[in-house]
Amino acid sequence: MRRRNVLPGLPLSLGVTLFYVGLIVVLPLAALVIKAASLGPADYWQIVSSSRAVASYRVTVLSALGATIFNLFFGLALAWVITRYRFPGRRIVDAVVDLPFALPTAVAGIALTALFANNGWFGSVLEGFGIKVAYTPLGIMIAMCFTSLPFIVRTVQPVLEDLDPALEEAAQSLGGSDWAIFRRVILPLLAPALLAGVSLSFARCLGEFGAIIFIAGNQPMSTEITALLIFIRLEEYDYQAAAAIASVLLLAAFFMLAVTNWLQARALRYTVKG
Amino acid sequence: MSVFSAHRKPPRVGDNPVFRRGLIGIVLVLVAFVIVAPLVIIGVEAFSKGWAVYRDTITHPDTQHAIMLTVLAALIAVPVNTAFGIAAAWAITKFDFWGRRFLLVVIEIPFSVSPIVAGVAYLFVYGLQGLFGPLLEAYDIKILFAVPGIIIASMFVTAPFVARELIPLMQAQGRDLEEAATSLGASGFRTFFAVTLPNVKWALLYGVILCNARVMGEFGAVSVVSGNIRGQTNTLPLHIELLYHDYQAAGAFASASILALIAVFTIIAKVALERQGAGRVRKQANTAEKAS
Repeated sequence: MRRRNVLPGLPLSLGVTLFYVGLIVVLPLAALVIKAASLGPADYWQIVSSSRAVASYRVTVLSALGATIFNLFFGLALAWVITRYRFPGRRIVDAVVDLPFALPTAVAGIALTALFANNGWFGSVLEGFGIKVAYTPLGIMIAMCFTSLPFIVRTVQPVLEDLDPALEEAAQSLGGSDWAIFRRVILPLLAPALLAGVSLSFARCLGEFGAIIFIAGNQPMSTEITALLIFIRLEEYDYQAAAAIASVLLLAAFFMLAVTNWLQARALRYTVKG
Repeated sequence: MSVFSAHRKPPRVGDNPVFRRGLIGIVLVLVAFVIVAPLVIIGVEAFSKGWAVYRDTITHPDTQHAIMLTVLAALIAVPVNTAFGIAAAWAITKFDFWGRRFLLVVIEIPFSVSPIVAGVAYLFVYGLQGLFGPLLEAYDIKILFAVPGIIIASMFVTAPFVARELIPLMQAQGRDLEEAATSLGASGFRTFFAVTLPNVKWALLYGVILCNARVMGEFGAVSVVSGNIRGQTNTLPLHIELLYHDYQAAGAFASASILALIAVFTIIAKVALERQGAGRVRKQANTAEKAS
């Protein structure tokens, strides 16, 4: 049965919300789409499929994939350790997970560059093994790892906390090994949250700019991410090309937003008990 | 069963001591390398040329101006986004209306959109090539490559922060208390300030602090719309980039150390606020679960 809502304030609060979202979020994005659409299909296609643009998509997507896969394992291990084990410093580890959210991307960018430059703390050691990080695609990946790590930890953590121990006990009493129980009981329960975290993390990697440009080297065709290419087109006053390439990134963001929402709706279906 | 087992919980998956210690060890090392090391190196590099250089960078007029501009942007963007967040959370959690879920998705758009894309989008609204560009020029109003542009670009990037902290909490708390207050004759504002606000104040405060940290640290969107004019439209993150590319690494890290301190403060505030709010929130969530 639906009750009549007696609470006041719907016109005011919804009015403020719609006005602000319209002005701050929808209007600029619509302006961008209009600008990109004004190009005409042939010109648009020529810009977004130019070899330099395609190379930038490739390096952005591949680095984002690499970073997300690393964060999938590291984030899951981190969430597992924080929720299931008690050890000195656990609360501190739990707290610093949020640092990449709180630290400005430009600050993270120069800090990571200083660490991984060939005279830096990590860079000089890795150089001994013949691994170059700064000014290579690997550097882009590391910057992406840093900025997107909290997404996976923070989506998986609440599900791990709420996991019913009885399920594990039942599996143990049936003689399952730890690995078998993890793979066949725990992992399927975590999967929706894990996937939602992965898609959030991947989306963030696709759009990251500040942390990357310092460490990337920014060579066209090899270490130039799509966000930077847009910025370069702007500096060349080529607004149409900037609009076209930005619309590709916007489309990718919308696609990831749809995927994330779909996954989260699925995750809720599993976690909310009736 | 022995008496012993009554005192000890049965081992859970992954409680094997070797595995447990190994995993904790690996995670701690990675956390130190990936998260803590970048923070440490900011401090080390900031003071690499000594205290005098650090002090000179911080007190340099350009740095001072960048700090002022960053604070100004936060002073405007954070209260506006807080008001928006409260309005959005009230509308979305206290009412059912058509398109409610869609509105929720639209509010979260700025989280997924690249800050560069946001900056470009603002060019096409307020720039010379944009929708309102000719109109703004006719009245000689400068938004882009000036302070207002920096502030609205920051507003876009941080628009969802307060709303996102409030919505899940207010959703879990339901509408009963507000309905009781209204039926007893309290006005809408009185209901909000006397009933809703005390229940969500810690989440609200955390949303505000996080929003502030992000406004002060915003780089991509601001670098598109600011025009990067030294001593005029440089915020602190842009100032860091400028110094860094000027081969003044120590100065860049000195400026970065201010923002890093704000980040550390944000994290400490989060832990403190969670402790304040945790008991209350959990109790309410449990009641809500039982009630449904």
